Amino acid sequence: MSRQSRRAIELTLTASAPAIILAVWEVLSRTGRIDPLFWPAPSTLWPTFLDLLRDGDLLTDIRVSLVRILGGFLLGAIPGVLLGLAMGLFWPIRVFVMPIATAVYAIPKIAVLPLVIIALGTGEASKWTIVAISIFFLVVLNTMSGVLAIDPSFRDVAKNFGASRAQMFTTVALPGALPAIFTGLRLGLGFSLIVIVGAEFLAAKEGIGHLIWESYSILAIKKMYVGLILTGILGWLLTLSLDLLENLVLPWRPAR
Amino acid sequence: MMTEAALDHPSEAATRSATLDLTSGQQVVAPAAIQLRGIGRSYEGPNGTVVALRDVDLDVRRGEFCVIVGPSGCGKTTLLRMLAGLDQPTTGAISFPATDGAPPANAMVFQGRSVFPWLSVRDNIAYGLKLRGAPRKVRQARADALMEMVGLSRFAKAYPHQLSEGMRQRVAIARALAVDPDLLLMDEPFGALDEQTRFLLQEELLRIWEETRKTVIFVTHSIDEALTLADRVVVMTAHPGTIKAVIPIPFARPRTLAAVRSDPEFARLFTRIWDLLRQDVQAARAAGVAT
Ligand SMILES: Nc1ncnc2c1ncn2[C@@H]1O[C@H](COP(=O)(O)OP(=O)(O)O)[C@@H](O)[C@H]1O
Ligand SMILES: [Mg+2]
Repeated sequence: MSRQSRRAIELTLTASAPAIILAVWEVLSRTGRIDPLFWPAPSTLWPTFLDLLRDGDLLTDIRVSLVRILGGFLLGAIPGVLLGLAMGLFWPIRVFVMPIATAVYAIPKIAVLPLVIIALGTGEASKWTIVAISIFFLVVLNTMSGVLAIDPSFRDVAKNFGASRAQMFTTVALPGALPAIFTGLRLGLGFSLIVIVGAEFLAAKEGIGHLIWESYSILAIKKMYVGLILTGILGWLLTLSLDLLENLVLPWRPAR
Repeated sequence: MMTEAALDHPSEAATRSATLDLTSGQQVVAPAAIQLRGIGRSYEGPNGTVVALRDVDLDVRRGEFCVIVGPSGCGKTTLLRMLAGLDQPTTGAISFPATDGAPPANAMVFQGRSVFPWLSVRDNIAYGLKLRGAPRKVRQARADALMEMVGLSRFAKAYPHQLSEGMRQRVAIARALAVDPDLLLMDEPFGALDEQTRFLLQEELLRIWEETRKTVIFVTHSIDEALTLADRVVVMTAHPGTIKAVIPIPFARPRTLAAVRSDPEFARLFTRIWDLLRQDVQAARAAGVAT
């Protein structure tokens, strides 16, 4: 199969799943098989979407949520990668941090939101923080396992050529762990979106989560759906950007 | 045809090169480049102490191609790692009389996959030079020359996953040669290759060795590979790993696979080494040890 035709098939498959779902939904709603009041046909959401866009509210909501996601993501991911690398390289750090990491990892992070609000109020700081908390250990654990999975013979090669500790880190540990780091980041980005929408349900005056929750409260069902669909599209776009970055940073990986 | 001078234990006389000093008319003995005396290595395992090596005595001359052959688990890798300075013997000592005690600069070609997947062919080969802070131009020139030498010039920018196993081993060898080591340590470099590729790389290695005349210590479990490459074959046996015999290989150089294999001496040496190993391999099988 040529590269182009493979790419064409990929694009068709990628686009067809959402298209099929929307089409089925449209038909079921228009024929009354499902209640159009709660399942409005997708085509009828378009005017609502345009209205929201014209108000400017929608763009504000998207921008606000995006800043929170990216800010919190960086706030959690950067120290997460650093701690994960340290845990992979130095066993005392690993043994010391591991119990906390595995215990905290298991707590649903949205449950910590009240604590964060008590500590930081309901402003942007608490949003960034809850996102950072949610992804921190995810990134830590993935990064650590990435370092631990590096074939020891690579370290031997570096040592044999006389690598210093710093060189061992930059030429073996970091590049070797990068694929696992990206796995952690991808999962983390997904969690950031989930958590921020949840947090905006509970304590926010703006943001996509707020839009969804407020629309639900006043039974503006179509507005709610616009928010839901946009959340999905946002998640897709975020993952796509990370994939692009990954391809740029890891050109050495076999194509999947 | 040279007479076979296999010894049941390597002695000073057999492992040193005797040359005639023309000015004095006396025979002088060149000191060995590497001298192993009473080398032992044991590991503490879950089932007690494992003796990987015991009482290893060996002298390697400068510029010699020395091949160690022996069954799996007889301590070949352990021995090479000690020579590379990656591991220390628990007993005995390694010395370097020819260089007044200074260990020769070594580079090792490791067993299994050791080419960095995240570096291109060119960057893999230049890796050692980069660590040493060689300027970019020097690294490029050296990597280009070595890619030429191992026939990978067209793949300079390729990543290891795009290469065949044989090409990856060429990269590993070129990477070791790039730092111009005095001592080249090779741990079953062709072990994972199909037979034809292995033959090609053996001939390539012979050619490279003729050009560079480095001291090589080459580990293999293949008897015919040992006979093809070696000046001397060191036969090791396991449990515990020790040297059973050191056998000089008389084939003329420069060598080709065809010439070596069509020499009647080849079959005789093969049989002799196999006889030395057979007992050990059978004992290992009887003891249920994977070979
Ligand atoms: N790091 C280690 N810890 C414990 N045992 C080891 C270690 N490395 C090697 N050994 C043991 O030492 C023996 C020799 O191993 P090795 O040098 O790898 O043999 P070879 O390369 O000849 O196959 C084996 O029995 C092996 O199990
Ligand atoms: Mg080995």
